[in-house]
Amino acid sequence: MSARDTVLGSIRRSLGASGNETMRGQTVDDRLARHPKGIIPKRGEGSKAERLALFKTMIEQAFATVSILKSSDEIPSAVAAHLRSKNLPMEIRRGEDARLANAPWQNEKTLSVTTGPSDGKQLAAISHAYGAVAETGTLVLVSGPENPTTLSFLPEHHIVVLDAGEIEGNYEAVWDRIREKYGRGIMPRTVNWISGPSRTADIEQVLLQGAHGPRTLHVLVIDK
Amino acid sequence: MSHPIKSPQFKENAHEALQDAQLQKALGKIETGAVARRRSAAEHLPEFERLRDSARDIKNHTLAHLDLYLEQYEKRVNEQGGHVHWAVTAEDMRQIVLDICKKANARIVTKGKSMIGEEVALNDFLEKNNIVPVETDLGEYIIQIRNEAPSHIIFPVLHLNKEEIEEDFRRVHTNLPVGRNIKEPAELLAEARTVLREKFLAADVGITGANFLVAETGTSLIVTNEGNGDLTQTLPKVHIVLASIEKVVPTLEDVSQMLRVLARSATGQEISIYTTFSTGPRRKEDVDGPGEYHVILLDNGRSAMLAGQFRDMLRCIRCGACMNHCPVYGAVGGHAYGWVYPGPMGAVLTPSLIGVDKAGHLPNASTFCGRCEEVCPVRIPLPKMMRHWREREFERHLSPATVRSGLKVWSFFALRPTLYGFFAGLGMNLLASLGRTKGRFRWLPLAGGWTRYRDFPVPQGETFQSRWKNRQRAEKKP
Repeated sequence: MSARDTVLGSIRRSLGASGNETMRGQTVDDRLARHPKGIIPKRGEGSKAERLALFKTMIEQAFATVSILKSSDEIPSAVAAHLRSKNLPMEIRRGEDARLANAPWQNEKTLSVTTGPSDGKQLAAISHAYGAVAETGTLVLVSGPENPTTLSFLPEHHIVVLDAGEIEGNYEAVWDRIREKYGRGIMPRTVNWISGPSRTADIEQVLLQGAHGPRTLHVLVIDK
Repeated sequence: MSHPIKSPQFKENAHEALQDAQLQKALGKIETGAVARRRSAAEHLPEFERLRDSARDIKNHTLAHLDLYLEQYEKRVNEQGGHVHWAVTAEDMRQIVLDICKKANARIVTKGKSMIGEEVALNDFLEKNNIVPVETDLGEYIIQIRNEAPSHIIFPVLHLNKEEIEEDFRRVHTNLPVGRNIKEPAELLAEARTVLREKFLAADVGITGANFLVAETGTSLIVTNEGNGDLTQTLPKVHIVLASIEKVVPTLEDVSQMLRVLARSATGQEISIYTTFSTGPRRKEDVDGPGEYHVILLDNGRSAMLAGQFRDMLRCIRCGACMNHCPVYGAVGGHAYGWVYPGPMGAVLTPSLIGVDKAGHLPNASTFCGRCEEVCPVRIPLPKMMRHWREREFERHLSPATVRSGLKVWSFFALRPTLYGFFAGLGMNLLASLGRTKGRFRWLPLAGGWTRYRDFPVPQGETFQSRWKNRQRAEKKP
């Protein structure tokens, strides 16, 4: 008997089930199809402006910084200003995301922009968020050549561009969008919820910013 | 690391822990740290108590249909190009990991934090097979270079201070200049970050745990604050997920309910910094991510727990709130429990996994104050289950003869209330008159276990039952 059969057989013995009961099968299929939402905190409800305000408050509490821009044309100058404020070299890495590619990088003559994943040599990177959740101030990023996952974790400084219209009240609204885009039961390889720069409190319960991931997280919200 | 089971020596371990001044200082910080932060997080979310009910119900529903959800989960993982392996025992899991590592010609393996990895003692086994495992969570890394077990499931080095960690780094990081200052936590972190960064980039295989598995999509997910789990699973060419069978939940909505109670209960955060949902290996258009994705599902006694009194324990999401709030954990720390899982959850789970003959002391090390159940995000009746273990221990004649005969004498009287009341009243009166002058006893026959450490206060003369009776009588009078 395979290990699989042993484990499933033992579970079924304990549950007093055969695995072929119509009722049990229907219950499971029904839950997967309906995916009921459960209890959703009220705090995420509210207008677009309120969601943006809550998102900003929550992620700033977790030591991220936020700038509000009026247009994606302002991205290059905001990136340059942020790098300068951190005394960083004028270099940034991005993926192939069209919303980033189409920004007027030529306006910042001293800024060198490269594309591709990170190999650990870049100090700063920029990604475009898939969306965000106001409830806890959480950015949602999905993997792919547009925004490679390594850009979110290897560089010391991470900048994330977020469209204010894509800030949802709660996680469930993001799952609805992902189901619509990728299809039922299908997920991108990685979905990253990011709610601040990396940290640890392992040594004497002292909270320290900048563990293995980025030391700083800066969010550029495009609010047209 | 593989560590011998020391649960049978709980009493000796606890005695040592109570004498350890440094440990006591560290444990003293839990109340103002994790406990206060959890309270604040719970108070800031009006829906928190209802979310706990919801989390409990999701787990109960899943456990009742566990076979079907696991099959659905496996199907989805396969569809996305991943592999699911089933492990009946800890040994099976170790062997499956080794086989995958060998196929990948792995020499260095990075590891995110995994309690299952501790449960199956994976590191020791990999080392014996010439594969170098590197723990990348800061706490787990320190534990590994000290060759110790974690003392807490969320804060592995809760028992250590920075001076001890500095000593360890100076011993192990041989390239570290003698003059370099690494006295403060921030400097220790910077040193660990530098050392581990090289390992992340050099690793051939990355192993993580899983906080949850999602049946709907074949997704595994991890929750971290450091970002080490993400570097562990993204950079090497192979990602292995170690999970136990009860980690599965039905849908993305269900896991979102669970996540709303997890971080708040564990660290008092609104949410952990990184929550990462992984589904299958690198896709054809991807420019990063692992080429292979394996999930190993461990049973190791859990399917049997589904049958009986301990099924509720399988709801546990490993947040650590029960131990943070436990007066016994707060007094003796995690190592005293002698195996992987400490505190109230360990007192219930450990006897199920290694046997009540070895872990019988653990469910006895409780005052039944109920604080663990009060804070458990999935409302596990931990005190009730510890009592079940005590009953089983008694039934199997594992408790010492003095305890058994003492309980027999007590039960004889407890079943005969009149006799009980008479003798209890007599005893209290006798003690009251004997100790009237001093108000306390320094020594009492048959109570040496108590009076060796503290005085026994003199009873005031009346028993609770007689006072209660008088009160009832007084209330009946107009």
